[in-house]
Amino acid sequence: MADISIRNLVKTYPGNTEPATKNISLHVEDGEFMVLLGPSGCGKTTLLRMIAGLELPDAGAISIGGRDMTYLPPNRRNLSMVFQSYAVFPHRRVRQNIGFGLMTRKMPKDEIARKVAWAAELLQLTPYLDRYPAQLSGGQRQRVAVARAIVVDADVLLMDEPLSNLDALLRLNFRAELKKIVEHIGTTTVYVTHDQVEALSLGDRVAVMEAGKIAQLGHPMEVYDRPADTFVGGFIGSPPMNFLDGQVADGRIIFGEGASIPAPAAVPPGPIRIGIRAEAISIAAHRPDLVPAVVDVVEPLGAATLLTVKVADQSLKVQIPPSQRVSSGETVFLHFAPDSVRLYDPQTGLGLLASV
Amino acid sequence: MSTLAPSRTEQSDDVPVDLRPLRRLKRNRLLLQLACVAVSLFMVVPFYLIAVAAFSSPAAMNEFPLRFLPTAFSVETMSTFLSSTGVGAGLINSLIVAVGTLALSLVVGAPAGYAIARYVFKGRDQYQLFLLFTRALPIVVLSVPLAELFLNVGMYDTPLAVVLLHTALTLPTTILVTASVFLAVPVDVEEAARIFGCGPLGAFGRVVLPLALPGISAASIFTFVLSWNEVLGATILTLNQRTLPATVLSSLSDSPLTFRFAGGFFLIVPALIFIAVMRKYLINMWGTTIR
Repeated sequence: MADISIRNLVKTYPGNTEPATKNISLHVEDGEFMVLLGPSGCGKTTLLRMIAGLELPDAGAISIGGRDMTYLPPNRRNLSMVFQSYAVFPHRRVRQNIGFGLMTRKMPKDEIARKVAWAAELLQLTPYLDRYPAQLSGGQRQRVAVARAIVVDADVLLMDEPLSNLDALLRLNFRAELKKIVEHIGTTTVYVTHDQVEALSLGDRVAVMEAGKIAQLGHPMEVYDRPADTFVGGFIGSPPMNFLDGQVADGRIIFGEGASIPAPAAVPPGPIRIGIRAEAISIAAHRPDLVPAVVDVVEPLGAATLLTVKVADQSLKVQIPPSQRVSSGETVFLHFAPDSVRLYDPQTGLGLLASV
Repeated sequence: MSTLAPSRTEQSDDVPVDLRPLRRLKRNRLLLQLACVAVSLFMVVPFYLIAVAAFSSPAAMNEFPLRFLPTAFSVETMSTFLSSTGVGAGLINSLIVAVGTLALSLVVGAPAGYAIARYVFKGRDQYQLFLLFTRALPIVVLSVPLAELFLNVGMYDTPLAVVLLHTALTLPTTILVTASVFLAVPVDVEEAARIFGCGPLGAFGRVVLPLALPGISAASIFTFVLSWNEVLGATILTLNQRTLPATVLSSLSDSPLTFRFAGGFFLIVPALIFIAVMRKYLINMWGTTIR
């Protein structure tokens, strides 16, 4: 177990002009579960592969537990990894697959058998130990990959979208199981995903990446509640954060005719963009200080009802309790929870103030 | 619509089932079977006739009409062939040459194939095309300069000279076949081996090679059979150290009919045995194809 220190990593793939990672620095604490989250092509997998030693950076440094690892081959970094495609060895039985990392570390046979039995028990693979991977389902193969990764006493556990090849139900179950297992073994973990739900549910901290840079680094709820810029707000959450363009004048943010909310005192007059989560908007009976909106689409989702409404020609998602009945075409009045309104610069998309 | 729907299904019940597509399907299946049988017979009948002739007594060969069933079974023809001069030595030379070619072309060809499969380097496509140039030249054209070359360096009339020639001939296919085999081994499996403690060679030996074995055995069948059957180059490059086909060829014109059949049979058998042995590596080993 060890901390990971990444300093100013730059990597450009041959033939590309745009670097895959642009001067990334990141510190992962000992025992921390760090999630790298971002859309495809944002450099998250490249960063993980550089930690693993499967790609070498053009510049910068990586150290694990205080030892420089930047250009060491993967087998000398004492890591373990779970691959998106499982990458189990088809020609080895489950038992030998799980024990592979122990075998290459020249551990005594009885010790290997004991650890393999422990990992198989933890991942419910005991009945399948003598099967070949081809005789297992996709979910079981991923369990083998996880078991193989946790039996070795590695400094760092790397996971590259380990759940993305599983079907939806299996993913949900295995996510919770994975969290429990990683908490149990307590290894420093770097987890790559493009699924924001996975990122929020698993991470101690989340690094949201965009175009080779870290857009925001923080605890999952902080990233969810206070997105540093409009990209993060638009990427995290289902539905993503709503953004509304308006003008600040006379102490109010005005979106259009008769639609405005109070502005915080510190905000200078001029154009502004506000961000608000769908669940921070509620609908109420008509009051002059509320924002009128026309309901466009009503989507009952079971636990909640999702509305698409229009405020002065701008689209918004609003989440209301299923007990509230609304039909499309109706005019409703929106209440924006003041604590949940975030302010952004409409030009740069960067956050202006933490909250109203 | 809800009242219309049931009536529509009732109507469609009245439409008679058109059996013609099914009949066509059955007929096509039958034709396919017949084609398979015809192709198999095309391959098997000559071999069968040679085998019958090789195990008939010389007297039976001169009978008319010839027998299609091995009624006059005798090992006389075969034993005459095996004890005639040059056959034993030729057999040993042939084995040395074929196994030597196999080993050398794999030792040189498999790493080249691996490089083509895994690494992007300048001129890779041109290199792949250029490889095939050796096969563009007929062996006759190659052999005479080669004979002179081997005479000059003192390697003429040695099995090693034939091994080198055969390796040169089989190398392009060995490289291209193994390249496609290595391409089929997923990169992340190899990376997993690296992560879990293998060096580059360890990852190759413990993971890539076992997974590539079926394809490599296919390439080696091709190499072995080509070397075993190659006669022109072997004849030109040797005088006393002839391989079996070269021996048989040189004595063909002045040997009896029975000798020819026995020779033909004996040339086919080792190749068949080799294919039969390698076949189990060709079909998948772990209950699935490579992934």
